[in-house]
Amino acid sequence: MRNLVLGFALTALFVIGALLSFLWTPYDHTVLEVSNKLRPPSLSHPFGTDQLGRDILSMIMVGARTSIAVAVVAVGIGMGLGVPLGLAAAARRGGWVDELIMRGNDLIFAFPSLLIAILITAVFGPSAVNAIIAIGIFNIPVFARVTRGGALSIWQQDFILAARVAGKRATRISVEHILPNIANLLIVQGTIQFSLGILAEAALSYVGLGAQPPVPSWGRMLAESQTLFMIAPHITLFPGFAIVLTVLGLNLAGDGLRDLLDPRIRRTAL
Amino acid sequence: MSVLRVDHLSLSIHGTPILDDVSFEIGPGQVHGLIGESGSGKSMTALAVVQLLPDGAVCSGRIEVEGQNTVALSEPALCEMRGAVVGMVFQEPMTALNPLQTIGQQVAEAILVHERISKPAAMARAQETLARCELPADQFPATRYPHELSGGQRQRVVIAMAIAMRPKLLIADEPTTALDVTTQAEILRLIKRLAAEDQIAVLLITHDLAVVTGIADEISILRRGVVVEQGKGADLHRNMKHPYTKALFAASGHEPERAAQKLKTPLLELHKVTRSYALPRRHLFKASGRFTAVDDVSFELSCGESLGLVGESGCGKSTLTRAILGLEPLQGGTIKLEGTQIDAGDGENLALRRKMQVVFQDPYSSFNPRHKVARLVAEPFHLLCRTATETEIDAALQSVGLAASDKTKFIHEFSGGQRQRIAIARALIIKPDLIVLDEAVSALDVSIRAQILDLLAELSAEFKIAYLFISHDLSVVRRVTDRVLVMQAGRIVEQGATEQVFTNPQHAYTKKLIAAVPHLPDA
Amino acid sequence: MLRYAVTRTGSLLLSLAVASLVIFAAIEVVPGDPAAFMLGLNAQADTVAALRDELGLNASLAERYFSWILGLLKGDLGTSYTYRSPVSEIVAERLVISLPLAGYALLLTMLVAFPAGIFAASRRGSAADVLVMGGTQLGVAIPNFWFAMIMVVIFAINLRWFSAGGFPGWDAGFLAAMKALTLPAIALALPQASILARVMRSALLDTLSSDYIRTARAKGLTKGQALRRHALRNAMIPVLTILGLQFSFLLAGAIIIENVFFLPGLGRLIFQAISQRDLIVVESVVMLLVFAVILVNFLVDLAYAWVDPRLRLRT
Repeated sequence: MRNLVLGFALTALFVIGALLSFLWTPYDHTVLEVSNKLRPPSLSHPFGTDQLGRDILSMIMVGARTSIAVAVVAVGIGMGLGVPLGLAAAARRGGWVDELIMRGNDLIFAFPSLLIAILITAVFGPSAVNAIIAIGIFNIPVFARVTRGGALSIWQQDFILAARVAGKRATRISVEHILPNIANLLIVQGTIQFSLGILAEAALSYVGLGAQPPVPSWGRMLAESQTLFMIAPHITLFPGFAIVLTVLGLNLAGDGLRDLLDPRIRRTAL
Repeated sequence: MSVLRVDHLSLSIHGTPILDDVSFEIGPGQVHGLIGESGSGKSMTALAVVQLLPDGAVCSGRIEVEGQNTVALSEPALCEMRGAVVGMVFQEPMTALNPLQTIGQQVAEAILVHERISKPAAMARAQETLARCELPADQFPATRYPHELSGGQRQRVVIAMAIAMRPKLLIADEPTTALDVTTQAEILRLIKRLAAEDQIAVLLITHDLAVVTGIADEISILRRGVVVEQGKGADLHRNMKHPYTKALFAASGHEPERAAQKLKTPLLELHKVTRSYALPRRHLFKASGRFTAVDDVSFELSCGESLGLVGESGCGKSTLTRAILGLEPLQGGTIKLEGTQIDAGDGENLALRRKMQVVFQDPYSSFNPRHKVARLVAEPFHLLCRTATETEIDAALQSVGLAASDKTKFIHEFSGGQRQRIAIARALIIKPDLIVLDEAVSALDVSIRAQILDLLAELSAEFKIAYLFISHDLSVVRRVTDRVLVMQAGRIVEQGATEQVFTNPQHAYTKKLIAAVPHLPDA
Repeated sequence: MLRYAVTRTGSLLLSLAVASLVIFAAIEVVPGDPAAFMLGLNAQADTVAALRDELGLNASLAERYFSWILGLLKGDLGTSYTYRSPVSEIVAERLVISLPLAGYALLLTMLVAFPAGIFAASRRGSAADVLVMGGTQLGVAIPNFWFAMIMVVIFAINLRWFSAGGFPGWDAGFLAAMKALTLPAIALALPQASILARVMRSALLDTLSSDYIRTARAKGLTKGQALRRHALRNAMIPVLTILGLQFSFLLAGAIIIENVFFLPGLGRLIFQAISQRDLIVVESVVMLLVFAVILVNFLVDLAYAWVDPRLRLRT
């Protein structure tokens, strides 16, 4: 429970920060004020300013939008395609559909998301959208596997046989009986992939394969500050803390959810 | 002097009382039966003896094994005692063995933890012990892995591990519950023989009165953590005093009142039904073999009749059930319901399927835990292409002895017996002509089982429903069916009127099955 | 066992074939004319034609694919357009850094994760367990390139224990070379060790609650003996799965970490190739990395059979 509360609090902090940035930020993150550059944290600039005089707190708030947007869409792609594929594979377990889907999964697993991003960037050039697609593609087999695994154990249950005796078809059974019973699993996996998505976006932007200027991004903030670490450590530390705390929050929330949901799954469904 | 003396044992787990003031003794070579229904605390008694209790357990009282009080013993001393002085056998032979080690290694380990001898010497003794447990070295070399053995054979390996050090006490917790009736008889005989040969004291824990009365010298009956009755095994049924003991005996042999309803119209007709599967290919370039689960099965079931189907696990009962329900394609033969052929495939011929329903064994996995009872019970209405009315749901629940208000609850709010009633309500709600009862009472405690059997008899009389009663439990089948089919290795080897088959079996397999059934003495 | 190995090998070859098709399509079909793409917008028509000729782009797609594959099989990865030298030579120079780095990181990962996971599982719920698990939560959350940057400041710039980047080459001596790889390997290992420790712990807790552990305890084994003799090997099955997946994350992570430490490995090569639009290098290096991932997963599959006797019989 402690994990869950702490996790949700951290996650909420960043989501609220990102939403707030649409309405208000302490400073305009696009305004350069070179005379005011590399200021350490102070009352007027709680996280200090960067090498171009921009307010770091404002940039972190706006950067949270990019991180969250990339991760949400990438998880959406993964779930949207992975879950139906996993359900179909489980419904036709052992058949050629299952075999095809699982082999396809194995194939995608051979391309870490960074390699997919490299392939895409090599041809289409770097952008936040390409980062989303790369992370999203990598999420598909993750969700397909989790869905298939969970669905297979539900298919073994007698209530599925009862539904088949009631004349229901596999698609209907998948939606009506399987999906609600693996929702917990998917929620937990979703938070994990969400946090991995934020890390992946940061990494891709750091090496220049993700969000491009002027779209603000935590990963690029780190890349741009790298050489200035010695002179002004705060411009490297704060974006880093933002990533660590967000990912930590999501992971704690995921763990907490698992602890909260799992015992009930064991008692009632499995 | 007694080998095991349990003296005023009380036990609680995280503050919940489990056992209350339990006392009994077992002498050398004696078999003590500890009987109770699920949740009575019988397994915890066994774990308390060797102090392998779950976290949060608090024990009071004394448990003396060979004069040593295990409740007060240190962990190293307990480790020395476990396996050497006390051997244990558990219920589930399929999971009791480490899948990654050979059976020889696992039996030898039981010796090696207690004695300083060489590995080859330990292996040789392991092989000897396996042979004592009727797993001869020429057929069952010590290099076999658990997955290469059947359930009964695995249980012999577990017994071999338990007796390898020639312990003074053997604790067997439901050792035959997961096994077929013929295997059960063999394992019980083996335990009895080993107890006599080595003068081992045996604590035999079970829910099945009939299993114990045959071999136990003394019996304790446990109910909600309290021993309600204790006495000599041979004459307990004559001298029992406690009402619970009497109720337990009555429920075990309970025979529901049934009026013979049989009409001459055939309802279900099976003609030369065959179902086979392709086996995984052994060789890359050879065609794969086939396993015939149901082999040339023909029989008829008349309207209103109660037909039993008995056989041991793996005989093809379940496959046949699914074929009848139209869930498995056939490789030969036909299945007709009221003269119309049933085709396999999901969502096919709804009109035909609405004439039959099914009740499964496990009341815990039979329901989607996310749906409320009203939706669960109404699921078969999919076959009628309409939704159920409130009245229909209420009527179905009331006909199985539940309240109409139960429909707004979730399934986890009900006990196992109540769930089985809900399963019957679900089968009943569209007024089918046939209900397939697939081990429908096998997972229930005897007293609940008696109630459900009564309910089934009443419903059959009221709604003129035919039952196909599938079970491995011959004594139940004998009490509730008009005719019976005996299935072995995919074939029906004998069929006939139930009483006739049981009193005068013709086929050798039927004879063997019936002989293996443990009997309750007549009170 | 043989049969299992044969089917696994078949599936290995199939995966490689399909992966090569995907890479080939992404690099040589999707951009339209790779030669025009490599030369950029301002290229002259005759330069493009010359490059098309040089790359053999005038042949049919099938011919090009098969000549690429045949080249790969012979160890010929084509000729880099920008470096003007065989890709195989460039890759070989880089591989002697990237491969030891991944191996070093994998070793560190296992050295930290196994004891930590076993320790936490055997003291479940204790303060030590909470501490180890809290540490792994943090380890998973820290981006490894950021961790690398911080380590450089602390250990290279302030304490001067290590150099901030670069690689002296293996000629400078084994120790000097390994020293240059130490900070990068730690950075790579940190998140992976955290993940593996968590997997190890939960796999152990799973097996510790199984029936055969109770059987082992009933034989008289102590908790520790039951854990060592029965739980560990059974817990290795999920751990192996994760270890196989982690190799691909280590490879991918190395691409980024090499950039932080200015290590002239495959990662640096791939980024240089992207910025120079040298598709030939990108194509071959990606194929090589994917080959490594598929090969490792194949080895993990074989290791399953070694651990689990039930698999030796089945397909």
